[in-house]
Amino acid sequence: MAKAAESSGDPGTASPRPLFAGLSDISISQDIPVEGEITIPMRSHIREFDSSTLNESVQNTIMRDLKAVGKKFMHVLYPRKSNTLLRDWDLWGPLILCVTLALMLQRSSIDSEKDGGPQFAEVFVIVWFGAVTITLNSKLLGGNISFFQSLCVLGYCILPLTVAMLVCRLVLLAEPGPINFMVRFFVVIVMFAWSIVASTAFLADSQPPNRKALAIYPVFLFYFVISWMILTFTPQ
Amino acid sequence: MAAVDDLQFEEFGDAATSAANPGATMIHIEGPSESPTHQPGLPRGSGGEEDDDLLGNDDSDKTELLAGQKKSSPFWTFEYYQTFFDVDTYQVFDRIKGSLLPIPGKNFVRLYIRSNPDLYGPFWICATLVFAIAISGNLSNFLIHLGEKTYHYVPEFRKVSIAATIIYAYAWLVPLALWGFLMWRNSKVMNIVSYSFLEIVCVYGYSLFIYIPTAVLWIIPQKAVRWILVMIALGISGSVLAMTFWPAVREDNRRIALATIVTIVFLHTLLSVGCLAYFFDAPEMDHLPTATVAPNQTVAAAK
Repeated sequence: MAKAAESSGDPGTASPRPLFAGLSDISISQDIPVEGEITIPMRSHIREFDSSTLNESVQNTIMRDLKAVGKKFMHVLYPRKSNTLLRDWDLWGPLILCVTLALMLQRSSIDSEKDGGPQFAEVFVIVWFGAVTITLNSKLLGGNISFFQSLCVLGYCILPLTVAMLVCRLVLLAEPGPINFMVRFFVVIVMFAWSIVASTAFLADSQPPNRKALAIYPVFLFYFVISWMILTFTPQ
Repeated sequence: MAAVDDLQFEEFGDAATSAANPGATMIHIEGPSESPTHQPGLPRGSGGEEDDDLLGNDDSDKTELLAGQKKSSPFWTFEYYQTFFDVDTYQVFDRIKGSLLPIPGKNFVRLYIRSNPDLYGPFWICATLVFAIAISGNLSNFLIHLGEKTYHYVPEFRKVSIAATIIYAYAWLVPLALWGFLMWRNSKVMNIVSYSFLEIVCVYGYSLFIYIPTAVLWIIPQKAVRWILVMIALGISGSVLAMTFWPAVREDNRRIALATIVTIVFLHTLLSVGCLAYFFDAPEMDHLPTATVAPNQTVAAAK
């Protein structure tokens, strides 16, 4: 550094007032070593993270995904305007809910094939094709939500209706009658309203403001049909 | 100092310049964002809507120009299909209202659709109608057979798929046939009014809306009530269809024009009466347990 100061001082003698002339007055001992290691702490951290997900136990992986699904269930049960469902979408929850609902709703094999409740495949098709149709509808109307985010929200908001199905099956174990029906009717209505409120809380913001009703109505129809299937379920 | 005055901004209002220079010509340049129609997300003022209603035909050249500008995307892009969903909530409500209150002399297509046919209304009205008919039919059958000892309630889920096939086939294949027929007649006889395929689908879709409350009211197990409802619904939607298509066939041969309108109304009648007969069991007058069970079983077997 002292040499550099002197060399910068040399052309300074040609100009009338050298700017860095005062630097030559600074004395620096030449004993201080300037050396060290340049390490980027972030890189080693990331490398550690990558290997940890590859080498972690299966239980850790499953528990992490289950916790994510469980967290989303909580968000559906207590709907607040949050972005968790939209940001990290996954389709595990909708799959679990749809399979559970279809298993509980399917008609038994003893039942005649003519008139009866829906088959497993019919429930599955209604849920998934209904969700795809609603997503396409909201995208065509100009909503700025991605395809899978919308499927995720619609699938997760079936959770209250699945709970209603469980309650209805339990209530149907008791003796049939008008009170039985009234209890089931009340439970289904409450859960239907809960599903609509939950899905509207997540989906409404992504629609253009003067088309919100056009985008929400198909959601209403979708959950209404599922509620009807739950309410009219009769065990053989 | 003069430098400060130089920095002051002078206001050049339109009134100021026109007052200062009466002979000056002023050019107003409107940007594309200021064009008042066919902008998604830009609601029209209510005054403009009423003017358009009254004028009807006067802005047809403007709408034709804009229609030419609209559908410019090729058919394999997503934006092409977005042009068919370019409606706001109030527009859909207006179209539904127009299908419920047919005013003689006013054409549904000219008045409400006017080169902006949408697929939202036809698709979702048909979907709602499918479920309304299936659910109402199921509920009505349950209420009719409520007291019978041998009756066991079934959800009849199979009828949903049958209803869906019938309604969607009617709402899409009949407009296709009608459009083909009108195109063929147009090649022979020059008609002033001609409709595109989507406009015909739109009219048929919105005209089916009256059947949704009709299907719900068909739950009432009285034959007279049901047939009165059929008459009312048929009158309203049939007149919407007839008034829409009469200007399109008016210049044609008299008999062909009348035959077309009669066929349209006849198919509509067939749809409503068919749905009533198939999805809703006939209400019996007296509830004799033995007498009512046997006809039910034969009717169910015949289905």
